[in-house]
Amino acid sequence: MTETTPRTNNARSLLVIGGTSDMGRAVAAAYAEMGWTIALAARDIEAAGRDAADIRTRVEAARVAVHHLDILETDTFGAFLDGLDTLPDTVVCVVGMLGDQERAQDDPHYAARVMRTNFEGPALLLEMLARRFADRGRGLIVGVSSVAGDRGRASNYVYGSGKAGLTAYLSGLRNRLSATDVRVVTVKPGFVRTKMTAGMDLVGPLTATPQAVAARIAALQSRRADVIYVLRAWWPIMSIIRAIPETVFKKLKL
Amino acid sequence: MKDLSGWGRYPRLSGPLGAAFDTDAAAEATARLPGLVARGFGRAYGDAAVGRDNTLDATALDRMLAFDPETGILTAEAGVSLADIISVFLPRGFFPRAVPGTRFVSVGGMIASDVHGKNQHVDGTFGDHVEWLMLALPDERVVRCSRDENADLFAATIGGMGLTGTILSAAFRLKRVETGWIRQTTRVAGNLSEAVRLLNRTDTASYTVAWIDVLARGPSLGRSLILEGEHATPEQVESDALFPTPRTGRIGVPTDMPGWMLNAWSVRAFNEVYYRTGARKADCVTIVPWDSFFFPLDGVAHWNRIYGRRGFVQHQCVIPPAKAEAVLAEVLDRISEKGVGSFLAVLKRLAPASGLMSFPMEGLTLALDMPFSEKLLPLLSEIDALVVEAGGRMYLAKDATQSAETFAAGYPHLDRFRRLRGDLGVTGRMASKLSERLGL
Ligand SMILES: Cc1cc2nc3c(=O)[nH]c(=O)nc-3n(C[C@H](O)[C@H](O)[C@H](O)COP(=O)(O)OP(=O)(O)OC[C@H]3O[C@@H](n4cnc5c(N)ncnc54)[C@H](O)[C@@H]3O)c2cc1C
Ligand SMILES: NC(=O)c1ccc[n+]([C@@H]2O[C@H](COP(=O)([O-])OP(=O)(O)OC[C@H]3O[C@@H](n4cnc5c(N)ncnc54)[C@H](OP(=O)(O)O)[C@@H]3O)[C@@H](O)[C@H]2O)c1
Repeated sequence: MTETTPRTNNARSLLVIGGTSDMGRAVAAAYAEMGWTIALAARDIEAAGRDAADIRTRVEAARVAVHHLDILETDTFGAFLDGLDTLPDTVVCVVGMLGDQERAQDDPHYAARVMRTNFEGPALLLEMLARRFADRGRGLIVGVSSVAGDRGRASNYVYGSGKAGLTAYLSGLRNRLSATDVRVVTVKPGFVRTKMTAGMDLVGPLTATPQAVAARIAALQSRRADVIYVLRAWWPIMSIIRAIPETVFKKLKL
Repeated sequence: MKDLSGWGRYPRLSGPLGAAFDTDAAAEATARLPGLVARGFGRAYGDAAVGRDNTLDATALDRMLAFDPETGILTAEAGVSLADIISVFLPRGFFPRAVPGTRFVSVGGMIASDVHGKNQHVDGTFGDHVEWLMLALPDERVVRCSRDENADLFAATIGGMGLTGTILSAAFRLKRVETGWIRQTTRVAGNLSEAVRLLNRTDTASYTVAWIDVLARGPSLGRSLILEGEHATPEQVESDALFPTPRTGRIGVPTDMPGWMLNAWSVRAFNEVYYRTGARKADCVTIVPWDSFFFPLDGVAHWNRIYGRRGFVQHQCVIPPAKAEAVLAEVLDRISEKGVGSFLAVLKRLAPASGLMSFPMEGLTLALDMPFSEKLLPLLSEIDALVVEAGGRMYLAKDATQSAETFAAGYPHLDRFRRLRGDLGVTGRMASKLSERLGL
């Protein structure tokens, strides 16, 4: 490996799981800008190829590779990780699926897909990466979860429960690895203007751009953190929402 | 239903807005949705970027696909913004060959309006530097168009206001620049003839534009400040940063300003101060950053709100050289008489362009911003009549008010454009509020 790709020797490498998402693209571009080698993992390899070309065009001499990964095909994860050019220094997982809440209530297969995309797939893959990072002795794992996982709401609890699972999983992983140099960070973006939220009316001051999310995630290389809300205004909001007694909360329309 | 009004916010329009996240989806939507046009950043002032029945938001087509530093050719999807292009390529010593007065426009919008910059009389329009483009048609085809391939469709799409299909991506040339600074010279013209003479000089600067004080009357009718610019060399730049980053718009207009704030008096005061401050800089040379030279208004977010809820109209005409001075004098006279103030009145020299429906022609172009009111409409139709009688035309990217007859009188290739749309089967399929109003 070192002989065939000498140029990647010094550069640190980033793996983006969900490389075709707006957030994933922005994170990859921010790291490419810092001189990192990038691997984009995505289920649509052609789309990921276009996103890789975009980063190479924007950032002179950027090195971007593309790998196939379907987060629902958990059996392929081992082969996927073995197929990477190198074990990444940092992994950022942005895979997720908002889905349609009402459809999920009616169709268990669909609900399972939403849950598995947000929780099972990311958790199992990050666990395998955590093991490899621990064996190596260092690494940074960034999991993008959601404020929707902080408390279940009628309008999106299938999605929210998946994110709640991911948040809990990341918290446990962080706890287990706290004595090592493997760091685990949970990112809760709040509202972000992406294709997931296209056409929705989002509250301006609570809405971030994918680039703002990317900047926070890039800053994790020099700043320690465990759980971050991309826009700080979300922290007090979610603290209040979490503190509302269930007897009251259950009657609210949020 | 989304608010789809143009930058002038007159007329107020809304409608369904579809989104496409990649070029395949944009092609699919073009085949599926009737009465459609694509929309970029909605910087056209009137009704050009509003579909008759459907509008397709193309701004998520934001990928840059390839760049060749040898030729300076950038290939990009149609939703990539000019701001994005400059921020990526200026630090590498490249700049677009034609830029409009705002950088918040898309590649698709710049091609569809065949935009002109302050250097159009020397370097041509944006369309002149397009090598090829990919166009999605309502019959599901995606065709590559260039001067050699589908040349008719290429000529109709450049300046075609989105009415030939949806532009998915394009390749166009950037030019090399040594710095991100402009060497600017301000000249003062005490009246219209002087301004016209300065703009028409043969040894003109690469970039020239005149700002006219529309409210000046009598002997100083048409008094102007003429800004000339050249890309500065590294030796001329005093700053450490050869490629300065743009000022980010800290100031903005948060809500509609009450209409009365913008009256003949405040406009006159503004123009007076602007002219006097500028006149003090007569013939002196300054080195200014690229953004303040090319995009002075981009520093103020939502500046279009200063015109209040009723919005405003931007009127831009071009008049052939022989009659330019006389007709401009007449136009300024009528505006001044009516006291419809205009913060922005800009005069530029133009040369012919290559698109079938491109706006530029040999002559002088005058662009005026005027707050909307009912009494404005008769004044504008008077002006339109003067313009077409002199062999001129109005710019579709700014237009919200001209009649189908005025339009037909100004665009000599209209029949060819109509025939080509008919032959392609896009008539009625690709349709905007503008095309409906103008009988296209
Ligand atoms: C402050 C300001 C200054 C300006 N200065 C100048 C100037 O100096 N010179 C000049 O020429 N213009 C100027 N303009 C006008 C502006 O450059 C044009 O209106 C431009 O087309 C806007 O680009 P947009 O991406 O916002 O397009 P929109 O306004 O969204 O659309 C404009 C037209 O392009 C079409 N279109 C957009 N995207 C596509 C696509 N992907 N495929 C097919 N058709 C598409 C639309 O259908 C519509 O007809 C100025 C505008 C403003 C607000
Ligand atoms: N946007 C918001 O407001 C917001 C708020 C809070 C949290 N988040 C979270 O932030 C993350 C990024 O979201 P986004 O807004 O950028 O939306 P997005 O573009 O829809 O991102 C979702 C990503 O997940 C990928 N994905 C879905 N199913 C997959 C599968 N089976 N296998 C592989 N990849 C799969 C998608 O791939 P395709 O491109 O192939 O579909 C896409 O790259 C998500 O986890 C989301 O839940 C978003």
